[in-house]
Amino acid sequence: MMASSYNAKEEDGHPPSGSSHGGAGAVKSKKPDNTAFKQQRLPAWQPILTAGTVLPAFFVIGLIFIPIGIGLYVTSNNIKEFEVDYTGVDIDRPCYSCAMNFSWNSTTPCLCSVEFTLQQPFESNVFMYYGLSNFYQNHRRYVKSRDDSQLNGDRSSLTNPSKECEPYRTSDGLPIAPCGAIANSLFNDTLELYHIDSNGTRNAIPLVKKGIAWWTDKHVKFRNPGGNNNLTAAFHGTAKPVNWRKPVYELDPLDNDNNGFINEDFIVWMRTAALPTFRKLYRIIQKKSSTTPTLPSGRYVLDITYNYPVLSFDGRKRMILSTISWMGGKNPFLGIAYITVGSICFFLGVVLLIIHHKYDTRNNSADIPS
Amino acid sequence: MLRRRLNRLLGGDERRVDNRTIYIGHRSCPASEVFIPPKFCDNRIVSSKYTVWNFLPKNLFEQFRRIANFYFLIIFLVQVIVDTPTSPVTSGLPLFFVITVTAIKQGYEDWLRHKADNEVNKYPVTVLEDGRRINKESEKIKVGDVVEVKEDETFPCDLILLQSSRDDGTCFVTTASLDGESNHKTHYMVPDTEKDLEALNATIECEQPQPDLYKFTGRMHIYKNNQEPAVSPLGPENLLLKGATLKNTQKICGVAVYTGMETKMALNYQGKSQKRSAVEKSINAFLLVYLCILVSKALVCTTLKYVWQSNPGHDEPWYNEKTQREKDTNLYLKMFTDFLSFMVLFNFIIPVSMYVTVEMQKFLGSFFITWDKDFFDPEIEEGALVNTSDLNEELGQVEYVFTDKTGTLTQNNMEFIECCIDGFQYKYRDVSTELDGFCVTDGPVSKLQEKAGREKEELFLRALCLCHTVQVKEATEQCQGQGDGLIDQVDGLGVDGEVHQLLQEQRGFIASSPDEIALVKGAMRYGFTYLGLESKTMKIMNRHSEIEMYELLHVLNFDPVRRRMSVIVRSRSGDTLLFCKGADSSIFPRVRQEEVERIRMHVERNATEGYRTLCVAFKRLSAEEYAQADEGLREARLAMQDREERLMAVYNQVETGMSLIGATAVEDRLQEEAAETMEALQGAGMKVWVLTGDKMETAKSTCYACRLFQKNTELLELTVRTLEDESKTREQRLHDLLLEYHKKAVQDALPIKAGVTRSWSMSNQDYGFIIDGATLTMVFNSSESNSSSYKSLLLQICQNCTAVLCCRMAPLQKAQIVKMVKNSKGSPITLSIGDGANDVSMILEAHVGIGIKGKEGRQAVRNSDYAIPKLKHLKKLLLAHGHLYYVRIAHLVQYFFYKNLCFILPQFLYQFFCGYSQQPLYDAAYLTMYNICFTSMPILAYSLLEQHICIEVLLDNATLYREIAKNAMLRWGPFLYWTLLGVFHGLLFFFGVRCLFSNPALQDNGQVFGNWSYGTIVFTVLVFTVTLKLALDTRHWTWINHFVIWGSLAFYVFFSFFWGGIIWPFLKQQRLYFVFANMLSSVSAWLVIILLILLSLLPEILLVVLRKPRGPHARQKKLAQSSVGGLQSPRSSARPLLMRTFSDESNTVI
Repeated sequence: MMASSYNAKEEDGHPPSGSSHGGAGAVKSKKPDNTAFKQQRLPAWQPILTAGTVLPAFFVIGLIFIPIGIGLYVTSNNIKEFEVDYTGVDIDRPCYSCAMNFSWNSTTPCLCSVEFTLQQPFESNVFMYYGLSNFYQNHRRYVKSRDDSQLNGDRSSLTNPSKECEPYRTSDGLPIAPCGAIANSLFNDTLELYHIDSNGTRNAIPLVKKGIAWWTDKHVKFRNPGGNNNLTAAFHGTAKPVNWRKPVYELDPLDNDNNGFINEDFIVWMRTAALPTFRKLYRIIQKKSSTTPTLPSGRYVLDITYNYPVLSFDGRKRMILSTISWMGGKNPFLGIAYITVGSICFFLGVVLLIIHHKYDTRNNSADIPS
Repeated sequence: MLRRRLNRLLGGDERRVDNRTIYIGHRSCPASEVFIPPKFCDNRIVSSKYTVWNFLPKNLFEQFRRIANFYFLIIFLVQVIVDTPTSPVTSGLPLFFVITVTAIKQGYEDWLRHKADNEVNKYPVTVLEDGRRINKESEKIKVGDVVEVKEDETFPCDLILLQSSRDDGTCFVTTASLDGESNHKTHYMVPDTEKDLEALNATIECEQPQPDLYKFTGRMHIYKNNQEPAVSPLGPENLLLKGATLKNTQKICGVAVYTGMETKMALNYQGKSQKRSAVEKSINAFLLVYLCILVSKALVCTTLKYVWQSNPGHDEPWYNEKTQREKDTNLYLKMFTDFLSFMVLFNFIIPVSMYVTVEMQKFLGSFFITWDKDFFDPEIEEGALVNTSDLNEELGQVEYVFTDKTGTLTQNNMEFIECCIDGFQYKYRDVSTELDGFCVTDGPVSKLQEKAGREKEELFLRALCLCHTVQVKEATEQCQGQGDGLIDQVDGLGVDGEVHQLLQEQRGFIASSPDEIALVKGAMRYGFTYLGLESKTMKIMNRHSEIEMYELLHVLNFDPVRRRMSVIVRSRSGDTLLFCKGADSSIFPRVRQEEVERIRMHVERNATEGYRTLCVAFKRLSAEEYAQADEGLREARLAMQDREERLMAVYNQVETGMSLIGATAVEDRLQEEAAETMEALQGAGMKVWVLTGDKMETAKSTCYACRLFQKNTELLELTVRTLEDESKTREQRLHDLLLEYHKKAVQDALPIKAGVTRSWSMSNQDYGFIIDGATLTMVFNSSESNSSSYKSLLLQICQNCTAVLCCRMAPLQKAQIVKMVKNSKGSPITLSIGDGANDVSMILEAHVGIGIKGKEGRQAVRNSDYAIPKLKHLKKLLLAHGHLYYVRIAHLVQYFFYKNLCFILPQFLYQFFCGYSQQPLYDAAYLTMYNICFTSMPILAYSLLEQHICIEVLLDNATLYREIAKNAMLRWGPFLYWTLLGVFHGLLFFFGVRCLFSNPALQDNGQVFGNWSYGTIVFTVLVFTVTLKLALDTRHWTWINHFVIWGSLAFYVFFSFFWGGIIWPFLKQQRLYFVFANMLSSVSAWLVIILLILLSLLPEILLVVLRKPRGPHARQKKLAQSSVGGLQSPRSSARPLLMRTFSDESNTVI
């Protein structure tokens, strides 16, 4: 029928037979259904926020947030943190010479040591971080310069890394494993910590290098090609990243479970930081006994194998010792924020109460003349 | 004999190029001309836009012509070409989705059209060719083919009726599919055609195709045995339109004159011009702002990037070297691509999904109007009709309502009330009038006892019985008598077998105008019954039950310009009589003046009572006079050119020197709840203008009845009557009056408007303004220099009046008025409502056109944006639906901009921390899914279901409509508020997490979080805040709202787990692998998420509390107040203003 000629929504339900006249059934169907949905009468909850309903909420929020905030603040304050900058910018710093004389070609590593004193003993497990400043791990060119399928143990990606890895994709015609800027710039300073006891002897503090990376990264996301045994063969035909001193299968030759792509230092590094100033977990100092603190107060020496140049981009290197609570590392922000918000809520509650009270009387008085 | 109401026939005797000549049956004519088979288009109807081959390119082209789509295409292409931070998928996928959905929708619609086209084009038809009947497909019909159509079939093309199976050479047709009129119309055979179509040798000359359904001119030359060809005029009554259906006639034969795309039906298929809503304009304005934000963001970032990179350690540190290609690229090219990259990174600020959501909201939302059972009218068994869904929200913004009177404010259901014969009043009282609240000021009304002479009485009644185009409806449905282009079955009386009983009261009549039926019925009450017309003879039964016969000679049709109609009949005694009836203004000058005075008083009194008055005059024609008139009429009817003007001239010539015999008064009842509706509209702050073609007195009384004018309304009248002044010219008087009224209504009213402290006392004078068509023409056509100033004066006066009445308006003038208001300062939103063809122009002109499914055909409905069965439905349509739609879509738009601003702002801020390297903060999946999945459904549900105030309250309290007047929710104020809110949230999200990440060791095992964790925390806060913000704004929580709001959040959590739980082989980078799960294992992350969500919503909660300190309790109080006010205050519209100041005051204090 000619229905086509008109707006589709127009009613033109006349069948071509022309028998459209007086079809009672057709007419009846035109009556809209009386359903709650179609009549916009669905049962509905109609909350109206009033001072009356919100007031208690404000007080409750205030009452919950302030204690939480205090708890967070106290927890954060109880976390012991010690930080030492060992970049060696100033001439009087121990690592000054290492920092100044850095060259990519030197075969002998530059060593330096920093002495420091812990005023307070560190109880429980102590976490050792290295921190970098002004290091843009979140730069786009940097972040994308990796090949996750290569890191996942994919053999074809091993020999033919992703284009994203440029300009760290191949070296002398061989594919780089692990490719990319992130892997290439792996933090390779070695930090060793010694406690100097009262008679001046250096006691090496055992540093655990496992458990610093996310479990899922270590066990799923990062895989060595062809299992963890015989990595040398697996990585045959690949080149080491240009800035590395040793190939990937020698990252931790003593421990097969921590070698190659599943080396935890490497995995930690591969998780790019959010901000240009960041810290990454380096080692864990485990608590030995319940009686003695993990790190008693006193003098310590940090021995650094200075391999990582940061001065060229005005960066800084730090070593951080920190205990950890249920909320993570030391960060007073959350505690302060919670206390502030809680107080604001409480204050607003009081203000609202006053306004509410005042308004009611106003409203009544306004009603009278009308 | 032609009886046409709408045959505005054109034509001319000289051959015109734009005539077409059709050879019936393709037979060449004996005439001297050479037979050249003319080329006409075939009979294929193509309503489809696409074919299988051109669908893809054509559809894509059309879609990308939309600015938004084009913009997203550009972004997508930039992403493909330039090395950009986000993959092309992030913007390509939504765009692809949008384009595909639209293409599927359009493709489906086109497929339906193809199907319909095919059904029409392949329909088997019978064509007579050389005496044989050949079955053909409809599309093969050529112009000139003689086509046979059987009963209940539709006409395959526009045909000239040559032969009908009915004896009288007529056929019946229903044009329901063309104009929605389901009554049967009579069409006529061309006179003098031979029975044997074989032998018929004729040509048809007719005008070139044109879309007017009711216009057709042509003539037929019939050649008989080398005689001078006989010429018959052809009018619309001979033309059978494609799409109409043959009824009650076994079969007809006709010759195809217009085929295929040249048929009137096809020509009428022209899309109406797109009306765009104010909301859409606001969206575009906001879009521009956001585009500026986007560009400036990109510029800032690009600049800073190069400033930052000038530091050598930053540009290319040893750990992050550039590729060779990057090094080789030209600096300026690099800058440009960087700029584009930033654009791409931030392009989500202009949401592609908003267009989809807005479209969906409008489309789905409009169903609620069609579904509303309150709009269902049991009488016509129909509900509301939505012709366009683009204007839903405009219904909530109406400032001016232009309403037609007849059929809209009034029922168009006429009742004969009284008549006046020769100055004596005859009142027939069996139905009590329902003009409540109006007591008739009894002037010197003649009592019933006093009667005019019997002779005059009977003459008058005969006139009523004869001067019309009414048909008698019989059980056989064989409508005898005159066909009319526009016959409406007006009366419910006379259904089924009851006609058989010659009970006069139950006689059924069919007429083009309900007045005529009322008059015929009125005459019946006084004993004169019209029995019908048989072979040009009108039969009436007089008081003595005798049958009188009159030969009908001519009908001088009614038309709105002449405002009268006449018939010329010849009585048995041989007298030729002319009866004329029409509006007083058109009759009085044509009758002897001494008769006028006696009747004028009655006419005016009746008019003030709200009745429609007609004057009846008659004239005895002498033989010469008749002969002259007869010849003039015939000549004019055959004319091809200026047929109408010629006819008019003859009409005017004939209808002179008549004698006035009486007047009639017919009541047109008000529509149900007309007054309540008008009051509600005024209460809602709308200005109601009545535009009518009716006379001033009648219209004025209707206005009083509808309470548009109140008792204390001071009427400012600017009509021909007030312009009559002895001393001055009309122009001078117009000038004076305009200035006077302007002073009164505008200048004096100003201080009153400013005064807020005033109470609603009587001192606030309302003005009503009345203007008529003639004066309006004067205003518009006055000399150049004055015209614009008069117009603006007039406009200012009108705008300061509570109600305006424009009477005696021609359809075009109605549109002129609407246009004038529409284009006035502040460009107010206008709404036109009407039911007849004469309202179409104003319906099309206004922002929103509403058609009433009334009795005057379906043209108004067809051209309207919305159609409702009754005037009373307008109240709910505007106050409830319009209000809700506006609030919904306004919120939708603002929310969309807000949510994308706070989505993208952290990403922008992150650039300051990542060396302006275009590093995205969020993962690509989040970027893509944010608008599609995570936050789209709640707002859609909100925008469909929200009732911030429930419908009953909206209906009861019209003043609530004022709260959203003038696009209140989409002005720069609210926009700024939402933008600031978005900025606040964006800053909060980013810097809140930034502070947390000052120590990224957030897990209790000392492990650290990276940049993707950062982004995920921000994104989680974002999704929750944005959704909860909507939850906070939702006043009406149905289960659907609960489902989508909590469902979206649950989906987000589920998706994040899922997305991060698997190493996706197709992804280059497993960025989010277990990021979400690790995030949730960190207490700090939980705490910061909760804190930030709460902190973001805190000001919002606070504002909500402060803004609405009154709960339902207070609302009830307010309601009670206003209803009390309604009783006390004589003016309904003064009170809400003051109500508003009260509440505003209290708000500002707090």
